[in-house]
Amino acid sequence: MPHERKSAYFLPALAALAALMALVGAACRADVGSDGVFPTPDTTGFDYRGLSGEVRVDGSSTVFPISQAVAEEFSKVARDVRANVALSGTGGGFEKFCRKDIQVSDASRPINQKEKDACAANGILNDDIVEIQVAIDALTVVVNPQNTWAKCLTTGQLQLAFKNGGATKWSDLDPSWPSDTIKFYHPGADSGTFDYFKEATGLRGKASNEPAHRSDGVASEDDNVLVQGIEGDKNALGYFGFAYYEEAGKKLTAAEIDGGNGCVAPSFEAALKGEYIPLSRPLLIYTTTTLLDDRDDVLGFVKFYVDNMNALAEEVGYISLPEDLLTAQKEKIEPFLP
Amino acid sequence: MAAPPAAGAEFSLKATGQVARRQALSRFSRYVLLSATLFAVAVLVYLAYDVIQTGWSRITLDFFTNYPSRHPLQAGLRSSLLGWLWLMGAVIAMAIPLAVGTAIFIEEFAPRNWVTSLVRLNIANLAGVPSIIYGILGLAVFVRGFDIWGVTIIPALGPTILAGALTLTLMILPMTVIASVEAIRQVPPSIRDGSLALGATRWQTVWFHVLPGATPGIMTGIILAVARAAGETAALIMIGAFAFIAFDNTALNQSFTTVPIQIYNWTTLPQEDFRKNAAAGIIVLMVLIVGLNLIAVLIRERFRRT
Repeated sequence: MPHERKSAYFLPALAALAALMALVGAACRADVGSDGVFPTPDTTGFDYRGLSGEVRVDGSSTVFPISQAVAEEFSKVARDVRANVALSGTGGGFEKFCRKDIQVSDASRPINQKEKDACAANGILNDDIVEIQVAIDALTVVVNPQNTWAKCLTTGQLQLAFKNGGATKWSDLDPSWPSDTIKFYHPGADSGTFDYFKEATGLRGKASNEPAHRSDGVASEDDNVLVQGIEGDKNALGYFGFAYYEEAGKKLTAAEIDGGNGCVAPSFEAALKGEYIPLSRPLLIYTTTTLLDDRDDVLGFVKFYVDNMNALAEEVGYISLPEDLLTAQKEKIEPFLP
Repeated sequence: MAAPPAAGAEFSLKATGQVARRQALSRFSRYVLLSATLFAVAVLVYLAYDVIQTGWSRITLDFFTNYPSRHPLQAGLRSSLLGWLWLMGAVIAMAIPLAVGTAIFIEEFAPRNWVTSLVRLNIANLAGVPSIIYGILGLAVFVRGFDIWGVTIIPALGPTILAGALTLTLMILPMTVIASVEAIRQVPPSIRDGSLALGATRWQTVWFHVLPGATPGIMTGIILAVARAAGETAALIMIGAFAFIAFDNTALNQSFTTVPIQIYNWTTLPQEDFRKNAAAGIIVLMVLIVGLNLIAVLIRERFRRT
């Protein structure tokens, strides 16, 4: 009979669907335990459990790992706040921030005048903007391990190397180096790392009366692609964030940088002391006084950020702030606390 | 009467000359086609084997109950799976009435003139538009809102489940409409004629006779289209679903992420263990999509017999 036939198909399907739903249901009730790596976040002086709402964070992919770690830990103590972190680049973050689409903006460079004007057009005045430094980042210039000559590069050599129409052979940078053709690798134009490198080496282009960054190299937003490329190419020269070098780039050789005071290898210590110039920079988050005044969930998130960012920044590979700088950041949100 | 073949001159069916050449070509083409099929299957088997070998060890209950994390071994699919279920539910709920309604109108009600021909042609063309274009459309219209001369037509929804579902519904609409139109066309005209001859209105004919007959085709088409939406990444990244989410979605107006985006996210991270998570996520996604296709097959089987 046809009726038996179809129920024979249909019941197992229903059972499978029910099992799936049950699994998801179980998943929803289960509790997420915390781990040993970051056991006790600093939650002093604030009632996180009582908060609710949605805090949207967006912006720099460089700051993302810190904000993600903060959101992850914050969600464990403030269970009713839906904190989420996206990454559309520093510029994209500011755009959304000024449109009031998001509450916290991640940035790997300070906000510029054009962005301030866009904010003001939407009623976020200059005085309303709160800037908090969360960590220090450093860029690492890397070469293939078989490269025995480019041990130290000056800022001038970096500029010549990455200038549009600049050096093509190693011997163009230093006559004593081989005359092999250099293969260039660098982050894509949307990344804050790319912007920062251009700024630090004086390659911001015509508008700033500087030469432009070359565009004939291998460009990728995915640092993995850069690492793999440089690993397989003896004549490769590239750069990316220090955190990524610490994590996955150890198979490559980091070049020392001479910013005018001799060769300095990239390291936490050098960046903190301000010796690793010009390739170390502050990482920032932005919010507004209005949000800190009116939104307890945003205030809670930012306070949690400031109280825990030093431990978390180090964990994800950035350089945490020295004591005096950290105190200065904490003071910025002090007036808003209950 | 034909004489039996003499000994030594056995009767043979072996073809010679042109017939032999044609038969050889036929055998040859059979092997070419077989190897084409085997090639596709082999690639698929290799991919599945590679993914399962890499990711199987990460398929534990914790993988489903944990939120994403910066620690690969504690990271899980919880928020992305929930976001995915919400998104798919909303897409199905919106795609079915829109697609069926459009198809019924085009096939049963609309007059056949150059305007409707143009509409049909356009729908067929829309099916070939890359998904990222729909992502850009979704960002401009649904996420940021749509105003005409200061009048809000669509309010800004933000990077929410609703915005994502509307975008994906638009994306799969051409496919679902085409499938529904084809299914409705399969219903024999004699059924319509009979119904109309007995005094039923056009709507009664459609509701009681055409739609039941077309349902298996419509449902199959819609679920296969939804399966495409299930694996969609580019359009959703465009509307801002590439995010770290550590909460359970409870409503359509919340930020979200989905399983394919979570997989993509994991593949971009440097730590090796995240690759295993990505492979495990692919296994889960494959099971979910096979499940969707299975439901399509079951529905077709069920309705075909009534």
